Amino acid sequence: MNFKIKKILPQIVTLLAVVFVFGFFTFNAQVNMDNRGIEFGYGFLSQESSFDVQFSLIEYDGSHSYARAYLVGLLNTLLVAFIGIIFATVIGVIVGIARLSPNYLIERTAAFYVEFFRNIPLLLQIFFWYFAALRALPLPQDAEAIFGVFFLTIKGLFVPRFVWENLDIFFYSLIAAIISIVVIRNYARKLQESEGKQLPVFSISVGLLIILPLLTFLIGGVSLSFEMPVLEQIATTSFKYTGGLGLPPELIALTLALALYTATFIAECVRAGIQGISKGQKEAAASIGLTPNQILKLVIMPQALRIIIPPTTNQYLNLTKNSSLAAAIAYPDLVLVFAGTALMQTGRAIEIVSITMFTYLSISLSISVLMNWYNKSIAIKEK
Amino acid sequence: MNKINFLKPDNQNLSIYLYSGSFLFFIAVLDVFLGSFFGMNITSFLPNFISFLLPLILGIIGLHLIRIEFSGIRNLDLLNKHINTNIFNAALTLLIIFTVIKSIPPIMSWFIIDANITGDTKEACTGSGACWTYIKIWLNRFIYGMYPNELQWRINISFILLIGLAFVGLIPSEKIKKFLTLYYVVIYPIIAFILIYYLISGGSLGLEWVETGAWGGLSLTFIVSFFCLIFCFPVGMFLALGRRSQLPTVRYISVGFIEFWRGVPLITVLFMSSVMFPMFLPEDFFMDKLVRVIIAISLFEAAYVAEVIRGGLQALPRGQYDAAKSLGMGYWKMHIFVILPQALKLVIPGIANTFLALVKDTPLIFVVGLLEIVGMLNLAKTNPEWLGFAMEGYVFAAIIFWIICYAMSKYSYNLELKYKTER
Repeated sequence: MNFKIKKILPQIVTLLAVVFVFGFFTFNAQVNMDNRGIEFGYGFLSQESSFDVQFSLIEYDGSHSYARAYLVGLLNTLLVAFIGIIFATVIGVIVGIARLSPNYLIERTAAFYVEFFRNIPLLLQIFFWYFAALRALPLPQDAEAIFGVFFLTIKGLFVPRFVWENLDIFFYSLIAAIISIVVIRNYARKLQESEGKQLPVFSISVGLLIILPLLTFLIGGVSLSFEMPVLEQIATTSFKYTGGLGLPPELIALTLALALYTATFIAECVRAGIQGISKGQKEAAASIGLTPNQILKLVIMPQALRIIIPPTTNQYLNLTKNSSLAAAIAYPDLVLVFAGTALMQTGRAIEIVSITMFTYLSISLSISVLMNWYNKSIAIKEK
Repeated sequence: MNKINFLKPDNQNLSIYLYSGSFLFFIAVLDVFLGSFFGMNITSFLPNFISFLLPLILGIIGLHLIRIEFSGIRNLDLLNKHINTNIFNAALTLLIIFTVIKSIPPIMSWFIIDANITGDTKEACTGSGACWTYIKIWLNRFIYGMYPNELQWRINISFILLIGLAFVGLIPSEKIKKFLTLYYVVIYPIIAFILIYYLISGGSLGLEWVETGAWGGLSLTFIVSFFCLIFCFPVGMFLALGRRSQLPTVRYISVGFIEFWRGVPLITVLFMSSVMFPMFLPEDFFMDKLVRVIIAISLFEAAYVAEVIRGGLQALPRGQYDAAKSLGMGYWKMHIFVILPQALKLVIPGIANTFLALVKDTPLIFVVGLLEIVGMLNLAKTNPEWLGFAMEGYVFAAIIFWIICYAMSKYSYNLELKYKTER
C-alpha cells in the first residue's frame, strides 16, 4: 500500500502542476484575446497576404495567400539548409581527415581552422560576411567574370542558367543507371558468396552513371545550353544582370557562414569517428592480406561511419535550425517571412509562432526518428 | 664516387642531395618572400604563368631531393617524417608555407602598419588599414551599452564584487569546504541577483533607476550568460532525472519538454518570449523584457544540459545504483551522494560545450530589442558619422568572443583532466 502511494503520488503532483500551468496560460490567453477582440483561429492563412518577398523559389506576390507565403519561407529555409549541408559536409570531411594527417603543418592548419571558426558566434560570422566581406565586392558594372561565366558582385552571384531540352529522358536514364547499379551490386555479392569471384563493381557503376546519361545526349534528343547573365543598363548609373541565375548576397552570406561554422563540428565528428577505430582492427585486416584500399573500404569506414553518422546528423539539424538566423540579414526564410512580416501584419502571435515552431519541430523529430531507426539497423548485433 | 640518380635520392651522396635540395627550397621560399614583403619578382624575366608556378615547382624538387630515408641526421629525418612524406604532402606543405608568407603583409598592414588609432573623428582615419579610432570612441558603448556614463561605476563595482566572490572556492580551509557546493549553487546566485537588482538596475536605496532597455554591450552579454548558466543547470538536472524516472507520467512529461525545446531554433523561442508569452500572462502582470529573455534561454539550454547529463547517468554501471540501494538509500539520497557526483564528473566536457553554445547564442537577443555587443556594433555601424567601419567592429567583437570561448574550452579541458577517474 505504502509502496503504491510512493509511486502514484509524485505522478499525480507532476501532472496536476503541468495541467495547472497550461490551464493558467490558456485562461490568460483567452482573457487577453477577448479584451483585444481577437479570435483564435487559422482562417487568416487563406487571406491575401499583400506583401512581397524578395527571393522565392515558387511564384509569389502580394496577391497570394498567407499559406503560400509560409510555403515560400519554408522552401527558402530548406534551400539554405540543403546547400549549407552539402558545403559543410565537404569542408568538414576534408578538415576532419586533415586533422589526422601525418603532416604536421596540415594538421595544425586544420586545427587552427576548427578552433577559429568554432569559437566565434554564428550570428557574428553571418554579419561579418554580409555587412563587411560581401560589401567589398564590386558593383555590377565593374565586376569581372570569373572563368568567363560567373559574376560576383555586391548584388549577388550571377551564374549561367541551364536550359534543358527533353530533361525527362535524361532523368529516366539516370534512374535506369541507378537501378542497374543496384542489380549489378546484388549479383556481384551473390557471385562472391557462391563462387568467390570479385567483379570490379565500382568501375562498372561509375561507367554506367556516365555512359547512360551520355547516350541520351547522342541519341535521346537531350540537349543542354546555357543562358548567360547579361549586364543591362536600367538608368545612367544603375546596372543589373538579366538572364542567368541570380543568387542574392543574403543567401551567399548565410550559406557561407553556416557551412564554415558547421563544418568545424562535422570535422570533429569525422576525426572522432576515425580515431575511434582501434589500431588492432587495421592490423588484423592487414594480417589477413587485405590491401590498404580494402582495409579502408571494408574494415575502417563501415565501423567509423557508425560512429560518425549520428552526431553528424545532429549537426545537420543544428544547421537547419541555425538557418533561422537568416532573419538578421533579411534573407526571406520561414522566420522572417512568416514569424516576422506575416505576424506584423496580422498580429496573430499565438497562431503564427506556434505554426513556425511546429514546423521546425516536425523537421527535427522526423529526422530523429529516421536516425533512431538507422542506429538500430546498424548497431553491432552481439550474440 | 657513386652514381648520382636525381630521381632516387639515397644515402650514398647525402651531402650533394642535401645541399642542392636545400638550395632549391631556399630559392623557392625566398622568391615568395621577396614578392610578398617587398613586391619584387626575381623571376620576372620568365613568362607570367611559369613565374607564378616556379616557387612551387622548385620547392617540390627541393623537398624531393632531401627526402632521404634513414639519412642518419636526426632533424632531417624528423622533417621528412612530419612534413615531407611524399610529393603530395610536400606540395601541401609548400602551399601552406607560401600562403602564410603571402598573407602576413596584408594582414599586418591592415591591423597595425596602415591602421589609425589617434584622433576622435572619422577624419582621423587616413590610412588604408583599420580605423581603430572607431573602436576607441565607441568602446564605452560596446561595453556598457546605453547605460548612462556617470552611472557606469555601478556595473564595474558589481562585476568586480562578483568576480571576487567567485574565487571563494580557493579558500583551503577544510571546515568551509563542505559548504562550497551550497555556496555556489544557492548563495552565490542570490548575491548576484541582489547585486544586479539593487546596484545595476537601481530604483531604490537612493540609486537612480536604469531601465533594462538601456543595458547593453559586453556587460549585458555577461549578465545574460551568467544567469542563464545558473538557471539552466538545475533545471536540466531535474529534467535528466525525470527522463530516467521509473514513473511514466514524469518520464513522458520530461521527454516531451526536452524534445520540444531541442526541436526548435532559439530565435523562435525568443520570438515566443517577446510576442506570444505576454499573451499568456495575466493582464496587469508585467514582466521585464530581460527577465523573459533569461527565462527563455535558460529553458532552451536546460533541455540540452538535460541530454548531456542523461548521457552521464546512462554511462554509469548498474552496479552503482544497486550498491547504493543495497545500503538502504532512498531515491534522492542515492542520486545526491552516489549517482550525480559520478555522472556530473563524466559529463564535464559536454556541459562546458553547452555553456559555450549559450555564450555564443547571447547575440540572438537582438530579436527582442536588447543590444549586447553585436547588437551595439550594428547600431554603431549605422551611425551617420561613422559609416563604413563594419569590418573593424566585427573583427573587434570576434576577437573578444574568441578569447572568451577559447579560454572556456581550454578551462573545461583542464577540468576534465583534473576530475578524470580511472574506471
